[in-house]
Amino acid sequence: MFQMLDIGPLELNVNGEKRTVVARPADTLLYALREHLGLTGTKNACETGDCDVCTVLIDGWPVKSCHMLAVEAVGHQVNTIEGIKGSPVQTAFLAKEAFQCGYCTPGYIVTAHALLTLHPDAEDEVINEWLAGNLCRCTGYQEIKEAVLMALGR
Amino acid sequence: MGAVGTGVPRKEAKDKVTGNIKFVGDYISPGLMHARLVTGTYAHALLKNIQTAAAWRVPGVKAIVTGKDCSFLTGAYLEDRPPLAADKVRYYGEPVALVVADSELAAKQGAEEVRIEYEPLPAVNSVHDALRPGAPRIHENLGEYRRVKPVFPETNSNIADRVKVRKGDMGKGWAGSEITVEASFHLPQSDHVAMETRCVRAEIAPDGRVTIHSSSQAPFVIRKLISRYFLIDTGKITVIVPAVGGSFGGKAAVQLELLAYMASQAVGGRQVKLVNTREQEIISSPGRIGLDAEVRLGATKEGQLMAAEITYLVDGGAYSDIGAVMTKSIAADCTGPYKIDNVQCDALCVYTNHPYTTSYTGFGHASYTFAIERTLDMLAKKLKMDPWQLRRMNAIAPGDTSPTLTGLTTSNLGDTGKCLDRVKQLINWDEGQVVTGQDGKIRAKGLSALWKTSSTPTDARSGAILTFNPDGSLNIGVGAVEIGQGSKTNLAVMAAERLKMDVGKVHVMMEVNTHAHPEHFKTVASMTTFMAGRAVLEACDDIIHQLLSMASIVLRCSPEDLDVAGGRVFLTDNPNMYVDITELVHGYKYENGNSIGGQVIGRGSYIMRHLTEMDPETGKGNVGPGWTVGAEAVEVEFDPGDFTYKMLKAVAVLDAGKVINPRIAQAVVMGRMNMGLSLANREGLIYSGSGVVENASLRDYKIMRFAEQPQYTVEFIETPQIDAPYGARGLGEHGLIGMPAALGNALSAAARVELNQLPLLPETIWSVKEGRP
Ligand code: FES
Ligand code: FES
Repeated sequence: MFQMLDIGPLELNVNGEKRTVVARPADTLLYALREHLGLTGTKNACETGDCDVCTVLIDGWPVKSCHMLAVEAVGHQVNTIEGIKGSPVQTAFLAKEAFQCGYCTPGYIVTAHALLTLHPDAEDEVINEWLAGNLCRCTGYQEIKEAVLMALGR
Repeated sequence: MGAVGTGVPRKEAKDKVTGNIKFVGDYISPGLMHARLVTGTYAHALLKNIQTAAAWRVPGVKAIVTGKDCSFLTGAYLEDRPPLAADKVRYYGEPVALVVADSELAAKQGAEEVRIEYEPLPAVNSVHDALRPGAPRIHENLGEYRRVKPVFPETNSNIADRVKVRKGDMGKGWAGSEITVEASFHLPQSDHVAMETRCVRAEIAPDGRVTIHSSSQAPFVIRKLISRYFLIDTGKITVIVPAVGGSFGGKAAVQLELLAYMASQAVGGRQVKLVNTREQEIISSPGRIGLDAEVRLGATKEGQLMAAEITYLVDGGAYSDIGAVMTKSIAADCTGPYKIDNVQCDALCVYTNHPYTTSYTGFGHASYTFAIERTLDMLAKKLKMDPWQLRRMNAIAPGDTSPTLTGLTTSNLGDTGKCLDRVKQLINWDEGQVVTGQDGKIRAKGLSALWKTSSTPTDARSGAILTFNPDGSLNIGVGAVEIGQGSKTNLAVMAAERLKMDVGKVHVMMEVNTHAHPEHFKTVASMTTFMAGRAVLEACDDIIHQLLSMASIVLRCSPEDLDVAGGRVFLTDNPNMYVDITELVHGYKYENGNSIGGQVIGRGSYIMRHLTEMDPETGKGNVGPGWTVGAEAVEVEFDPGDFTYKMLKAVAVLDAGKVINPRIAQAVVMGRMNMGLSLANREGLIYSGSGVVENASLRDYKIMRFAEQPQYTVEFIETPQIDAPYGARGLGEHGLIGMPAALGNALSAAARVELNQLPLLPETIWSVKEGRP
């Protein structure tokens, strides 16, 4: 495992590109993505792991980037909303009007995109479990559910 | 080419699903300085000493600002709040100091090193505590505060404002009442929980020009207040607001902007960013009012409402801010949409040692509606009458007057009865309010009607400037902010409709810039479509006038012979004779080089008409341009064994006047319904005995989650408001207003107990049922 004792360079694999950031050992992945790499599509709404707004994909799995250190991401594939282009989830969110202010949207799209890849046949229960962590204050959730179902081809 | 009513997707949709949209906090720059709030840890205490030496020792700390550095008080109506507490703290989480550093980390570490000594004072922990004789005074100098707008603080008390409504003759009302019912209610304070926490950047240029970037609903108010308190000409202040990540009224308050300015000033004008943590967002910045209410209703045996005597005690927290304005708004609409000829309402904005409050979706209406609509259900029970029938027969109608004696017409009111009729069908009311299933579970329904007018200042205004691009597409310049309500798209739709052009060729900008855009009062009260819409339509007419007169020269005819549509100006009787607007919008050029006309620039403005302040003794006054009325219902499945319940269905029928964009209207109303149910089902700040907020995180302050929502149905009826653009009434927040009441009525029916408090947790139902305090 990569060890880090002081501020120093880290090589991250983000959205298919190798990127070097100079980070502190205690910098979260969320901080490194936003502040060092300018990937501000990933948002912050609590930093305590309670809202999933900051979700990114690590080797294809959704992870709260506020709860992961940048150094822990070394050697893994990180994908952010900026790296997810043309996902059927995006089309479905557009079609179903599944967002308003859009602040929670990257977190949903990233999570739902992973769901689509890992559980293309997901039933209701799985969908609900996967998305229960993502908070949205604007929508009625119903339209988000419809969008996810649409992306899953239902 | 009709655009109104067709369901146009949001203009910014692509940016929002790709992470491309930029909020204030998304600006990253190595030169940016960072400020961090130090907040008080007592609800009420004297500040004895603030030690900053240790904080100064943190590498990177560049400045520390405390209450001693600012000499003014601020407030929306009553200037009662120091931007940083100076002599004492009045709520848990109140900003006391500000540490500015060259990194976020250093600012945070510095803030942790600031030591504050307090001398605790007894905390006023409820509105009833606050009004008790001998209660500790939260504001010793209440009488000396400057009043910016009409507000009536009572010296030597904890009352920031008292609003009275007197209509008809109470003696007569009670004499005519054969049945009366009385109840009291308690609703806690809560929080907006916008997903984006408040965030500001401020900088001061060498020549003194100030630039503020803020996640705000009120850029023009920020400009005004920065000017007022720091003595800077408004022309030297630019406030920029990009897209906002949810606000729900909370970002209409001006708070962090003043602090960020002071932070920038403390570091020689460099750009400083100040962002709330989630905890600060919940406790330090203003949240939603609490309400204690007492309602007494009288009716004839047949169910005709005769009298209403109401007391609303608003828990505005430690500072009055918009709490005082909401108190007025609540009083003005105090009865809900019912015809009651004799009304007495006293609404008090009360100081407590709770976090201070500001506007919130529904502007206090959801709170009082809970009290009124619950009382109506209790009255129906006493009358042995169907609760729907009671509402239907008393529904307010054109020809009646509002509690503040505004005459009601079809145009300014709409059709409450029709909304009730449709809700009754949609919720299948005739099946019976309570149905017990085979498994012992109880399905029950609850109803609520609702109304709301805008309560904007009497001179609230908006404006629009429309320009063209060489390709004939249109740019809309307005000062209204996009907070997720889709209003920019709605304005584009209205402009496209008026100019008969493709809405795809109408461009909007998410950003508002007070230097470039005409003033728009504030993006609140669901008034953007109305106010900015009126301005945009006027600007479109201005454009049409210019296009026709220029084209009349080119086409050698009278402007009256011409029409504009589809990017052309043409002869109405012979559309083949036309000139393309791309040839007109930047001036028409003849072959020999001669040019005429110049740029086509559309100009429109709107100011509220015929509004008046409320009379201090009777409340008489005209507080808004028109109402939006509606009816809502909720169906629950209640388990009498353990008092848990599921929300099955929620229905809203609102009189929209005219639905400009059905896609957005449906979505926004549904979202507010969800928020209303979340509020009623689980939300509320929890205080310790000494007034400390105990649930200031998203882990402890729960909001509704995915898959917990009921099946939503939203429908609109359309009774046009004649003076509104295309007849469209204010629309959006109304979805929230009836939800807590409808849920309360459904659960009260299901559990066979009067549930007169929020939130309606299973524990609440259990404790009321068991008669525990
Ligand atoms: S910001 Fe990471 S879970 Fe909320
Ligand atoms: S769209 Fe605003 S928080 Fe989800």
